Amino acid sequence: MLTQSTHDIAAPLSRRRWLAVTAGLVLGLASFTSARAADDTIKVGVLHSLSGTMAISETTLKDTILFLIDEQNKKGGVLGKKLEAVVVDPASNWPLFAEKARELITKDKVAVVFGCWTSVSRKSVLPVFKELNSILFYPVQYEGEESERNVFYTGAAPNQQAIPAVDYLMKEEKVKRWVLAGTDYVYPRTTNKILEAYLKSKGVKQEDIMINYTPFGHSDWQTIVADIKKFGSAGKKTAVVSTINGDANVPFYKELGNQGIKATDIPVVAFSVGEEELAGIDTKPLVGHLAAWNYFESIKTPANEKFIKEWQAYTKNPKRTTNDPMEAHVIGFNMWVKAVEKVKSVDADKVIDALPGIEAPNLTGGMSKMLPNHHITKPVFIGEIKGNGQFDVVWKTPGLVAGDAWSKELEGSKDLIGDWVGKKCGNYNTKTNKCGGQGS
Amino acid sequence: MLSKVLRNFRALPFAVLLIIATALPVMAGAFEDAVGKFANDEYSDTEEAVDVLATSANPLAYTIVSALQDGRLMADPDTKKVYVSQPDGKIIDALTSAPVASIPDSAAAVRLNNKLRRHVEAALGSLTLQSPDPAKRIQAAQSVFKTHDETMLPAIDSALQKETNKGAKLAFTEARAAILLFKEDATDAEKLEAIATIKARGDQEALALLTGLAGDQPPAIAHAAANATSAIQGNLALWSAVQNAWYGLSLGSVLLLAAIGLAITFGVMGVINMAHGEMVMIGAYVTFVVQETIRTRFPGLFDYSLLIAVPLAFIVAGAIGVLIERSIIRFLYGRPLETLLATWGLSLVLQQAVRTMFGPTNREVGNPSWMSGAFEIGQITITYNRLWILCFTLAVFAILLAMLRYTSLGLEMRAVTQNRRMAASMGIATSRVDALTFGLGSGIAGIAGVALSQIDNVSPNLGQSYIIDSFMVVVFGGVGNLWGTLVGAFTLGVANKFLEPVAGAVLGKIAILVLIILFIQKRPRGLFALKGRAVEA
Repeated sequence: MLTQSTHDIAAPLSRRRWLAVTAGLVLGLASFTSARAADDTIKVGVLHSLSGTMAISETTLKDTILFLIDEQNKKGGVLGKKLEAVVVDPASNWPLFAEKARELITKDKVAVVFGCWTSVSRKSVLPVFKELNSILFYPVQYEGEESERNVFYTGAAPNQQAIPAVDYLMKEEKVKRWVLAGTDYVYPRTTNKILEAYLKSKGVKQEDIMINYTPFGHSDWQTIVADIKKFGSAGKKTAVVSTINGDANVPFYKELGNQGIKATDIPVVAFSVGEEELAGIDTKPLVGHLAAWNYFESIKTPANEKFIKEWQAYTKNPKRTTNDPMEAHVIGFNMWVKAVEKVKSVDADKVIDALPGIEAPNLTGGMSKMLPNHHITKPVFIGEIKGNGQFDVVWKTPGLVAGDAWSKELEGSKDLIGDWVGKKCGNYNTKTNKCGGQGS
Repeated sequence: MLSKVLRNFRALPFAVLLIIATALPVMAGAFEDAVGKFANDEYSDTEEAVDVLATSANPLAYTIVSALQDGRLMADPDTKKVYVSQPDGKIIDALTSAPVASIPDSAAAVRLNNKLRRHVEAALGSLTLQSPDPAKRIQAAQSVFKTHDETMLPAIDSALQKETNKGAKLAFTEARAAILLFKEDATDAEKLEAIATIKARGDQEALALLTGLAGDQPPAIAHAAANATSAIQGNLALWSAVQNAWYGLSLGSVLLLAAIGLAITFGVMGVINMAHGEMVMIGAYVTFVVQETIRTRFPGLFDYSLLIAVPLAFIVAGAIGVLIERSIIRFLYGRPLETLLATWGLSLVLQQAVRTMFGPTNREVGNPSWMSGAFEIGQITITYNRLWILCFTLAVFAILLAMLRYTSLGLEMRAVTQNRRMAASMGIATSRVDALTFGLGSGIAGIAGVALSQIDNVSPNLGQSYIIDSFMVVVFGGVGNLWGTLVGAFTLGVANKFLEPVAGAVLGKIAILVLIILFIQKRPRGLFALKGRAVEA
C-alpha cells in the first residue's frame, strides 16, 4: 500500500520536477542572455509622452535622445560599450510617469533617465528616483524652488529666463507698467510671484502691475486684450509678460493683431512660445513680439549649424525645427557622458557626485557647467519673432547666468541654497546654517 | 492694412512734392552716407540712417523707409550696396533707383527691432503728412499725436493751413494740441486750449496723453488736465459697458454656432452625441484643405476660400454624420448610456484619425483680408472676424429654422421626432429621416468649424474645447427648442463677459457653471421647455 501510494505520488512529482528543471533552464538561459546583453550595452531610459496632450512637445525630445545616442554610438559608445535606448510612453498621464519610471529603473535597469516636461510629471517621478537612487535629466524651463539629489535640471530656472527678460524690457524698452498674463497652473503662478516681487524691488508700484490668469485652452481673449489695451494707455510704456501655455497662445496673438496692438506699442514677451509653437501660426501679425530662451534655432554658431544639419539628416526632414528644451537635452546628455567617462562607471552615486563641475559646450558657443545645486549655467537670449516663424536675437546676457534653485526674490526661499557638493543638502538655509529650511 | 495703403500710395508719383515741403536742406553727401549705413547690420546705424532719410529731400527716401518697414530693404554687407525689392517684384538700387537684375546671395533684409520700428513709423509719418490720400494724412497725424515730437510742429502747422478735409483737419488739430501740451515754452492759454481739444477727442490715447503729463504743471493747467481726465474716464466707463455687451454677443454667437448642430442631434433627436465637437473639427480641417489647394493652385481666390469651404464642409461633415448614424447610432436608439459611450469612443477615433492624417501640430488657416482688422464705433473696437461670425451665425440659424418650417424634409423631421409611430404609419420612411436629420446636424457642425477656424487653433483637439459649452447651451436653452438654444447662447455669452472683468476668466467660468446648475434645479427642462404630449414620448 505504502509503496504503491509512494509510487503513485512519485510519478507525477517526477514529471513536475522535470518540468521545473526545464523551466528553470530556460529561465536561466534567458536571464543569462539578458545579463550578457546588459554587459554589452549601457541602457538609457527615455521618459517622454508619445501620446496624449503633451505628445506635441515631448515626441521631439524622445527623438532628440535617440539621435544623441545614435551619434554617441557612432563615436564608439561610452566606456567601450554601446548605448541602448529604452523608450516608454507615459501618455501624458502623471501617475503613469511614476509607474513607467519604476519600470525603467527596476526592470530595465537603465543607468540614467532623460524625461518629463510638465512640473507635475517631474513631481510625480521624484519619489521613485529618490527611493531607487537613479538619475533624471529634466530639460524644460520651470518655476524653480527645487533641488533634488537625483535630478539634474538642464532647463532654465526663473532667473535664467524670466528675470533677464524683464530686465531687457526695463532697460531697452523703458517699460514702466506690467501685465503678467498666464495660464492658471503652477509654473505661471510661481513665476509671476517671483516677477512681482522682483518688479516691486525695482520700485514698480502695485497699481502698475496687472496679473491675469486664464484656463487651459482659453480661446475668447476679447475682454482680456481690451483690458490690456486699457491698462496700456495710462501714459506709461506697457509690456505683457506671458506665461500663457500651449494652444491658447494662437487666439491670444490673433486677438492682439485684430485689435491693432502692435509690438511697437505693447510688446509681449513669452516664455512658452518657441519655434515649434510658431510652426502652426501665420506670424505676420506677431512680428516684433518677443520670446526669452537660452537657445534659438536662428543663432549662427558652427556648433548650432552642425547640430541642425545632422538633426535634419537624422529625422530625414529638411524643415524640422530645433528648440530650447532640445538643446537642454544635448547639454545634459553630453554632461552625463563626460561624468561617466570620468568615474569609469555608470553607478548612480558615483555619477551624481561626479556631475557637479562637469562642463559641456552648449550650441550657442558657450561652455555650460553643472553647478552644485544641480542646475547649469546658460546664456539668456531675447528674440523678436520674424515673419518666417524664426527669431531674431536682439539682446543677450554678457556671459552665462548660473541657475538659482531657490529664488532670491521670494520671502520663503531667499536664504536657501542647493549644494550637493559641500553641504550635501538641497535646501540649505544660509541664515540658520541648517539643512531642511522652509521651501515649497 | 498699413502696408496695403502704402502700396497704393506708392503708385502715385507724389513723393517728390511732399518731401520738398517738409524737408530741411541736407548736404548732398548725407543721403549717400545714410543709405550706406543700412549695410552695417547695426541697429544704431540703421536708426541714424532713418533719421537722416526722414529729413532729406531725396525723392527715394519714402521708398526706402517704407521698404525697410516691410522687410523689403536688402543690404549686402560685403559690397555695402543697398537694394529695394519693390512689391511688384522689381529690384532697384537704393542710391540711384537704377533697376537691378537680381539681388546678390550675400544680401539680407535689413533687421529691425521694436525701437527702430517706432522710429520708422515716425519717419514715415513725417514723410506722409502731405500725402494726397486723406486717410494717409490722418494716419500720419495720429502717429504725431502719439509721439508728440516738438520738431514736427512747423510741419503740422503748415499742413493744417492747407488742409481742407474735415477729418484730416481734426487729426492735425489734435496732433498740434498734443505737441503744445508737452512743449516747454508753450503759453498757459495754448496749453489749456490743447487740453480742451484732447478732452474732446476723449479716447484712451487722449487719456494716456493726459495722464502722462508731468506733475509740475501750473495749478490752472493741472486742474484742467485733472478735469479732462475724469471726464474722459467717465465717458470710457460708459463705453466699456457697451463693449462688454458687444463681446458678450460675440461670444454668444460662437457658442450658438458650436451648439446649433447639437441642438439638432441632441435637442431634436435626443442622441447624446459626444462626437459633435469632432464634426466641428472636421469642418475646420476642410477649410484648411481648401486653403492649401487654393494657395498652391489658385492664389487669386484666397479671399473666397471660406465661401468655398462652407458648402464643402457641410457636405463632408454631413456625409460622415449619415455614415455614423447608419453604422452605429441607429442600433442604439433609446439606450442613452450606450450612445454616450459609443459616440465618445467615436470622437477619440476621429481625433486620432485626423492626427494621423494631418499630424498633431496646429495647422495654419489664414484670415481672408475682409476678415482681418477692426473698425471703431465711438470708443469700442469691433473686429471684423467677430462681426462676420455673428452675422454668419444668425444667417445659419435663420436658414435652419426656415428649413425645418417650410420644407418637406423639415416637416418629416418634426413629425418623426414628435411621434415616430404615427409618422411611420402616415408613410414617412422614419429611418431615412433619422439619417438625414443626423446628417443635417453634423453638416451644420461642419459649417461651424469653418467659422471657428478663423478664431481658434485648427488642431485635432479643436472639438473637445467646444463640446462642454455646446451641451451647456442646449440644456440651458431647453432641449428640443431652437429658439431656446439661441437665447441660451446669447444669455451665457453676455453673462460671461460681464462677469469676466469682475471675477477673472477662471472664476467667471466657474460662476457660470454654478448658475446653470442652480437654474436647472429650478427649471429642469431649460429656458424654453417643450410642452404637451410630445415631451413624454
